Amino acid sequence: MTPMLEAKGLVRRYAMRRGLMGRSVEVRAVDGVSLSVERGRTLGLVGESGCGKSTTGRLVLGLEAPDAGSVSFQDKPMPAPGTAPWRALRSRMQMVFQDPLGALDRRLPILAQVQEPLDIHGIGEAKDRPARAIEALRAVGLRPDQAARYPHELSGGQRQRAVLARALATEPALLVCDEPISALDVSIQAQVMNLLVDQQERLGLGILFISHDLRAVRQVSHRVAVMYLGTIVEEGEPDAVLHDPAHPYAQALVSAIPHPGRSGQRIVLQGDPPNPADRPTGCAFHPRCPVATALCAREAPVLKPRRGDGRLVACHVAQGDVAPAVTQRAA
Amino acid sequence: MIRFLGSRLLRAAVTIVMVVTFAFVVLRLSGDPAQIIMGADAPPEAVEAFRAAWGLDQPVWIQYFHYFGAILQGDLGRSMRDGRDAIVLVAERIPATLALTLPALAIKVGLGIPAGITAALHRNSFIDRAVMMLAVAGFTVPSFVLGLLLVLVFAVQLGWLPSGGQDSWRHAILPIITLGIGGAAVLARFTRSAMLEVLGQPYIRTASAKGVPWRAVVWGHALPNAAIPTVTIVGFMVGSLIAGAVVVESVFSWPGVGRLLVVAVANRDLAVVQCVLLLVAMTMVTSNLIVDLLYGLLDPRLRNQPRRAAGMA
Amino acid sequence: MNALVSLRNLRVSFDGQAALRGIDLDVAPGEAVGLVGESGCGKSVTWLAALGLLPAKARVTGSATLQGQELLGAAPAVLDRVRGGRIAMIFQDPASSLNPVIRIGRQVEEALRLHRGMQGAAARAEAKRLFDQVGIPDAARRLDAWPHELSGGQNQRVMIAIALAGRPELLVADEPTTALDVTIQAQILTLLQDLRRETGMALVLISHDLGVVADSCDRVCVMYAGRIVEQAPVARLFEAPTHPYTNGLLGALPPLDGPRRRLAAIPGSVPEPWAMPKGCAFAPRCAERSPACDIAVPGAVPLAPGHQAACIRATAMGLLKETVAA
Repeated sequence: MTPMLEAKGLVRRYAMRRGLMGRSVEVRAVDGVSLSVERGRTLGLVGESGCGKSTTGRLVLGLEAPDAGSVSFQDKPMPAPGTAPWRALRSRMQMVFQDPLGALDRRLPILAQVQEPLDIHGIGEAKDRPARAIEALRAVGLRPDQAARYPHELSGGQRQRAVLARALATEPALLVCDEPISALDVSIQAQVMNLLVDQQERLGLGILFISHDLRAVRQVSHRVAVMYLGTIVEEGEPDAVLHDPAHPYAQALVSAIPHPGRSGQRIVLQGDPPNPADRPTGCAFHPRCPVATALCAREAPVLKPRRGDGRLVACHVAQGDVAPAVTQRAA
Repeated sequence: MIRFLGSRLLRAAVTIVMVVTFAFVVLRLSGDPAQIIMGADAPPEAVEAFRAAWGLDQPVWIQYFHYFGAILQGDLGRSMRDGRDAIVLVAERIPATLALTLPALAIKVGLGIPAGITAALHRNSFIDRAVMMLAVAGFTVPSFVLGLLLVLVFAVQLGWLPSGGQDSWRHAILPIITLGIGGAAVLARFTRSAMLEVLGQPYIRTASAKGVPWRAVVWGHALPNAAIPTVTIVGFMVGSLIAGAVVVESVFSWPGVGRLLVVAVANRDLAVVQCVLLLVAMTMVTSNLIVDLLYGLLDPRLRNQPRRAAGMA
Repeated sequence: MNALVSLRNLRVSFDGQAALRGIDLDVAPGEAVGLVGESGCGKSVTWLAALGLLPAKARVTGSATLQGQELLGAAPAVLDRVRGGRIAMIFQDPASSLNPVIRIGRQVEEALRLHRGMQGAAARAEAKRLFDQVGIPDAARRLDAWPHELSGGQNQRVMIAIALAGRPELLVADEPTTALDVTIQAQILTLLQDLRRETGMALVLISHDLGVVADSCDRVCVMYAGRIVEQAPVARLFEAPTHPYTNGLLGALPPLDGPRRRLAAIPGSVPEPWAMPKGCAFAPRCAERSPACDIAVPGAVPLAPGHQAACIRATAMGLLKETVAA
């Protein structure tokens, strides 16, 4: 079975002007990303700010056209943005963002906003649509009396539910969630994560879950991909990646998760998150990598199955091509 | 920096050309200067002769090119009224205008900025409300109404000050106050909101949290930041030093550039009108340029490109 | 216990609406205390109130003493010496917490001048030393940088350097890593721990993240709707969480190992300040609610040395857990 969504070799470049009178520099936000999402499954995409995970989300939705590579959805290539087939596809693939207040129109009651995609895509009979919208709100745990409220009259968690109801009203096949819980309080995050899992079971949704939070990713994902500076550096089963990360960056990310009663030392990475406009040679991670070798500075590793367990990892050291450099850096 | 200046200068030049062109077109469309200057009952031959003498009988676009060519050579034309060089006529009036606008600017800045800061620091207090009420009154009342009011009270009723003319420094007092109050009101409101915005910023809390006394927080941390938006308004006021007194000069019969402009427009004295407009455009553009440069000076974020800290490893 | 800072019945209200509803908290010299809770629970307001940093419209009552000296209503000159000199504070968003039009070196030197009377070259040398201490590379050159030229993590290091300048006895870190990336969060938390070891200062770490607090603190206070609902030594809190809200917070945190189960999400949301329940503020969301919960606000029940919870069922549950453990 081919996956529902398949992206191959996505590249997205931006021209960025530095400062008021600087030259424009080419920034490769996404640099050769391939991924797939299957029906009823979730792919978690993890990384820090500027790693290109949000851009990847927009590329797979077809909101932006890639400079290279291709996206296919349900065995058909993604139509060009703005065309009629592309618009028709919008009801099949939806997006949820970090900031629910920004995603909602504050001048409209939420019922109208949930009903809107039904009107736009002409789903169902016009007279049935309010009932369908209320049903969609009920499915995410909002009461019919809350349907008449305006976004500012709802709490943060309720707003994110409303956003989710709107996204799910058209019964899409694919949902891309970009940091959907980051702006919410811990107790509300749990509510939203549970809701996502429930709705996935109900609708057989394929989900691309973009987050910097490894805990949340493990909770909702069936596979996880770790991104660094525009490329996927490791991909595998969540528990495999979290318990035995292969890539040094994934190791650092995992060890940085704060948790009570931790065993073992935290690996503290040196340096700042990288600047995509200032991409290092070779492996993009090598300047911060505790085990980088001369080869790493020279040659970019490719993502391929590791000998032994077949974990997908892009690292010369993890692949056994070169011995790790000895480092004196204490954690 | 050179590129920055270059692009700004180019933009300034384009602005000036557009102003001059616009003035040229509007003036030609709005009536026949020959007819107006010679009078309605002048003999047709005399009007024709006037047209020929001033080149008004040629197609408009040729007139435009002649006019533009002359400007580029520094020739701004002569007054159709008395034949003197337009630039001389205008230059004669500049000191009189500046005698009003410069002291008025001092009032605007000296009254408006402190009032705005005081209001912001005592937000929602009696002082704040009083300042804001005065400020709203100050800029909603048009300057000719305010001018006439002042004349009524101080010249007609009390007889303390003259109502118009330019014979002594006492004649300048009412027009200066009229000009100053409106601007001070605008500036007070603007400074207050800029200051309130800054006082709400996290770095003000940081300064307090590190033990900086409140006075020093205001002077050392808040004001330099609030100055950035305020500079725009002051720059605009500097830009209108020449042309900002048209109404007030008319109300008080003050023989400045503004009155010259009004008279010249009424007479279709093309060269003089265009000369004044060119001067106005140039002062505006120059002050904008200065504001841009000041921005860079006041706000390091706008200064050349960010030297982002490289990785530490 | 000889407390460095003591808060007693600290209350804050804005426009008549209570934000802080009676905080009692002691911080001992050199101790690291975590303050955990969700947005609006009052964890930041507590310390802003103690240091007199809230806007004028805030009404603050109760008492906040620093080694016996009352801070609430103290003269500005007294507060200015305490702020940054004895109690320093750093904030969530380092980029906007630094003055954008002042070079970062000067922002450190200002604190040195205020609290240690250092001027000119001496202040500059000390600022450079502080930059080195907080791990800013190329410190001498960085002194002349502007905040916008540095990354978020570097700016937070600058904030920490400013905080250290006055050699404070207590550093209050208000969500210091929330705006930062995960790997940078690890850097800053490690730095804070190292500095505490080096200087012996006490630390109050305010965070919404139980994990962050657990990593860095000796003792944790869990706050809900303007009150501390449970406090305990870190290990104890995770072993024997007693208040249903603490349990809820722990249950809402996705685990890193073991089978994936449905999260035990706390239903509903935090009560609005204008609709605060008469009794326990958590009762409307509590699975173990009984009619008694709605009668009065429960007091803190001591359960073990240093462990107390404000829940009328705390005694019974605490004893039960003890028995099971034994």
